[in-house]
Amino acid sequence: MAGIPHDHYEPKTGGEKWLHSRLPIVGLLYDTIMIPTPKNLNWMWIWGIVLTFCLVLQIITGVILVMHYTPHADMAFASVEHIMRNVNGGHFLRYLHQNGASLFFVAVYAHIFRGLYYGSYKAPREVTWIIGMLIYLCMMGTAFMGYVLPWGQMSFWGATVITGLFGAIPFIGEPIQTWLLGGPAVDNATLNRFFSLHYLLPFVIAGLVAVHIWAFHTTGNNNPTGVEVRRGSKAEAEKDTVPFWPYYVIKDLFALALIMAVFFAIVGFMPNYLGHPDNYIEANPLATPAHIVPEWYFLPFYAILRAFTSDVWLVQLASFVTGGIIDAKFFGVLAMFGAIIVMAMAPWLDTSSVRSGRYRPMFKWWFWLLVIDFFALMWLGAMPAEEPYASLSLVASAYWFAYFLVILPLLGVIEKPLAQPDTIEADFDAHYPPKDDAKGAPAPTPAE
Amino acid sequence: MFKKLTLAAFVALGLAGGAHAAGSDGHVEDFQFSFEGPFGTWDQNQLQRGLKVYTQVCSACHGLKYVPIRDLQALGYSEEQVIAYAENFEVYDDELEDFRTAKPTDHFPEVTALNAPDLSLMAKARAGFHGPYGLGINQLFKGMGGAEYIASLMTGYTGETKEEAGAILYENTAFPGGWISMSQPLYGEDVDYDDGHSNSLEDVSKDVAAFLMWTAEPKMMQRKQAGFAGVFFLVVLSVLLYLVNKRIWAPIKRKPTV
Repeated sequence: MAGIPHDHYEPKTGGEKWLHSRLPIVGLLYDTIMIPTPKNLNWMWIWGIVLTFCLVLQIITGVILVMHYTPHADMAFASVEHIMRNVNGGHFLRYLHQNGASLFFVAVYAHIFRGLYYGSYKAPREVTWIIGMLIYLCMMGTAFMGYVLPWGQMSFWGATVITGLFGAIPFIGEPIQTWLLGGPAVDNATLNRFFSLHYLLPFVIAGLVAVHIWAFHTTGNNNPTGVEVRRGSKAEAEKDTVPFWPYYVIKDLFALALIMAVFFAIVGFMPNYLGHPDNYIEANPLATPAHIVPEWYFLPFYAILRAFTSDVWLVQLASFVTGGIIDAKFFGVLAMFGAIIVMAMAPWLDTSSVRSGRYRPMFKWWFWLLVIDFFALMWLGAMPAEEPYASLSLVASAYWFAYFLVILPLLGVIEKPLAQPDTIEADFDAHYPPKDDAKGAPAPTPAE
Repeated sequence: MFKKLTLAAFVALGLAGGAHAAGSDGHVEDFQFSFEGPFGTWDQNQLQRGLKVYTQVCSACHGLKYVPIRDLQALGYSEEQVIAYAENFEVYDDELEDFRTAKPTDHFPEVTALNAPDLSLMAKARAGFHGPYGLGINQLFKGMGGAEYIASLMTGYTGETKEEAGAILYENTAFPGGWISMSQPLYGEDVDYDDGHSNSLEDVSKDVAAFLMWTAEPKMMQRKQAGFAGVFFLVVLSVLLYLVNKRIWAPIKRKPTV
């Protein structure tokens, strides 16, 4: 697929030409920042910038926190208190970092559901989608390991429960768990390797983000209509697009500033709202907390993990067929990872030729049900493992899988999509009608 | 779509808060404290009274091992007063391999004798109440409830006792499960205040709860100030960016530029 035709960087002075013939880095930056972007993007297209900002925020605050943190089971908790009490501005840096993780996940879920609604995962953007899913997985790994570092009660017991999942793998599970932990139980070796990986993975994410951006800069952005930008000529493309700078940079920065205002209110006025109070008690291998609850952003998948208990017929069937190799615990682990894998497979499971949910009358309902399902799972993940939550979790988990494995493939066949606009320009003009009076329409080119 | 998702995100925040409501089932009284809400500040006299309660009662069994004694200057004490206060405590010195009188640079001693928990962070380790529907969203205006929990615990003794596995348990309406192994520590009039403030059970309990909120979150005021500055700056920035955005898009959207 050819890129959208647009002006490229032309070195003018001698110095620019000298550099450009050796390293065309200015041209690369110019083309990246000036990329033609559909002019009808709505406010759900701001999350990419928010996510990029989160990554930078987490890396900068994290690098500074590491200067004062001690990754040792006997000293980690006290070193975090040292940061909170003695390090200049340490308390605020730490709260920024702690709540930054939550902002990161708010943004990534909004970003993912945006993609699901507007069909951003569909051809030719499958690679962008898959890389996005890899970023999401890395984020979950990073957040989980970061949560272990303060070495509080929830850190310790969360690590024990989650690494225990790997122990559920038949035959090789226990050696894998021991290998992950660096010993028979969560201890200093675990803390050290989690610390190392927590520092490493954000840079892996940064690399993946670069590839993610590269991929969608190759295909061009999706947009709320799902209709492609016309690429016949530069003039034609310019009717559908505006350059990223300044139009979307300023729009995104405005949205980012608003979101940051809310974020600073949370950090300043209720920084522990999203954390668990038990994490202000130092890790104690001898005292198990009454409820081990993961952070909110893991709850939907935690609910799926717990939903498949041994009294579910599907689990019993799997156990019978595999001769007991797949027990309830392993089934739950498979279901949890499966829930993310089916989402990653959406480009191939969705059979509809129409991208945007706007023009899919039946899809819309199923999509919003999926959003409700997601929040229901989040709520169920926080509830104790008893009735009626167990049955509800099962129903909610079943819908999650049904949406991707049954509904998306079927809808493409049975649904009759609405008429889509011919071009992005037509959609835009419908919102902002051209003035047909004698003065004539102002030229839709960059102003001033 | 955007509005719906934003709404959904707020609902999710609420649900996440609800996740933490599951742990406690004792009754926590919603006491009023001066440091609640975005503009709440410490009542320095109350913190000083709370320190006195801690020193004369709590410190017999409970340590404050994460709190440096020098931090007491934040409570309005002079350097000399803090030096004199530090002399109340004996700390173990690794170099001397013996106990010596504490200096302001030392932390409050850790007390391990009676298996009593350290109180440095207790106010943050116990979120006391969760507001309507367990959403916890009223943290914004009421704080996380740890101080309320501590004050409720101090005033929650009923006087009933029972023996279980050789230990005596005391009934307490605030404690999850209803029975606590700590005997009633405060009865009112335990401490004579220098400022002549009432030393009823409720007042003494609230004073020590406020002091323990300070030991758990000594930088609360700095945090709120930084948060307020951040919110203020970002709101101004948002307005400016909104105007810039509106202006640069006006020709594209065929709207009149001002």
